[in-house]
Amino acid sequence: MQAPSYDAVLESCIELVAKSRKLSPESIAPETSFEALGADSLDMINLSFEVEELFDVQIPDESLSSIHTVEDMARGVSALISAKTAASVEKPA
Amino acid sequence: MSPSRRVVITGAGCVTAIGNSVPEFCESLFASRSGIAPIELQPEQKLNFSSVAQVKNFLAESFLPFSLILLTERSAQFGLVAAKQAAGESQLLADYSPESVAVVMGCAVGGREADEPEVVKLYNRQGRVHPFTVPRVMASSGASQISILFGITGPVLNFSTACASSAHAIGHAFHMIRAGMVEAALAGGHEAPLTYGFLKAWEALRVVSPTSCRPFSAARDGMTLGEGGAVLVLEERERAVRRGVPIYAELCGFGMSSDAFHITQPRPAGPVSAMRKALSDAQLHPADVTYINAHGTGTEANDRAEAEAIQEVFGEAGGCPPVSSTKALHGHTIGAAGAIEALATILALKHRQLPVSVGAEPVDPALRFNLVHTPSNFVPSSALSNSFAFGGLNASLLFSKHEG
Repeated sequence: MQAPSYDAVLESCIELVAKSRKLSPESIAPETSFEALGADSLDMINLSFEVEELFDVQIPDESLSSIHTVEDMARGVSALISAKTAASVEKPA
Repeated sequence: MSPSRRVVITGAGCVTAIGNSVPEFCESLFASRSGIAPIELQPEQKLNFSSVAQVKNFLAESFLPFSLILLTERSAQFGLVAAKQAAGESQLLADYSPESVAVVMGCAVGGREADEPEVVKLYNRQGRVHPFTVPRVMASSGASQISILFGITGPVLNFSTACASSAHAIGHAFHMIRAGMVEAALAGGHEAPLTYGFLKAWEALRVVSPTSCRPFSAARDGMTLGEGGAVLVLEERERAVRRGVPIYAELCGFGMSSDAFHITQPRPAGPVSAMRKALSDAQLHPADVTYINAHGTGTEANDRAEAEAIQEVFGEAGGCPPVSSTKALHGHTIGAAGAIEALATILALKHRQLPVSVGAEPVDPALRFNLVHTPSNFVPSSALSNSFAFGGLNASLLFSKHEG
């Protein structure tokens, strides 16, 4: 299965964040910070859970604190998807 | 010691199978309109009983902000909405400082609807558990979220004493105000126990009616589970009078006891002790009581033990005040039962009407007191509300008509 592009991941992250904060996707830019959106630590855990469910990845606990913007989230998720895709290609049939 | 501080009820709110506000609840209560109805199950789900008392048309988003709905489950949401109604009616927070107010709630089961689906996912497909499961499931979630919603910084407690949880909550809030620990309290309870897994657990215990609960009837065949929440505003009487807020009733006595006998089987000695302690706490006599809202679950064991206890405390036939159980209307709501039935009791005092003990015909011939069979007026004086829980945890609340 082909991994989604970074732009597709970013778009999905924006939609997910917008839905969870009850905002329109147009009001969220890649560089929008979660702090500016009023998201607290519990909100970040929830958002991470939802993004993990959407892309079937697992964000390591230690990476959570480095996610400050929607762009950070999309980049992290993209990297996890790429790593997962590479691992599945390398796996013997 | 004669308590100098008296405690009155100046606000009430509820979400129940017979109404999602106090006026709706009151109308159904005195019209004997039951909220018990067949439960909708998934095709693969099987139960050997079909009726429950479900809350209808409850839209949490109409009352609570999205961020709060996300962090709570149905049980706590019932408590939050009832608390909003009660606090709004009494204008409590306009007149009391946040640190002088307590929140004392009863919730025994916790957020089953947030828990069961997560466990099913986990066991069925190695799914993952939602990160808000813990805050949603906590039995104290309702008490905490009420304090956060209103900014109340006084004592915040949750009682988990099975079917007496919210009676214990109201009683302790009453004693805290009377003792001067706090000036006012939001006190009550909430429960949403109608999940498939929990209903199966009750089915296994063989105490649920295959039809509908009929407290004190010769034909009774068990309890009917319900869900809901109710919250009362309690405050010191003189201050309430000075504030000029309408007063529902006075809360004048609270008695507690335990059977120390069996985890599910009751026996009369504990309830007798709780009722006598409530009378003593209020410095009243059995003859002062003109209505008893019984725990009356409709199980063989509860109704027999409670009837014996009532007869021992109040005497038989003419000496005993009229008795009814309102559970055939709103179901047995476990941790919320004490609060919902306390509300029914104070509404009886306020409106000078006795709630009917629905479904009691034909009456158990062993009963030697008068059940309320038809809607009737009475001379309100004092009224008792009983909550006798599994594990022998007993609480009786004694209310008196407020003499304004």
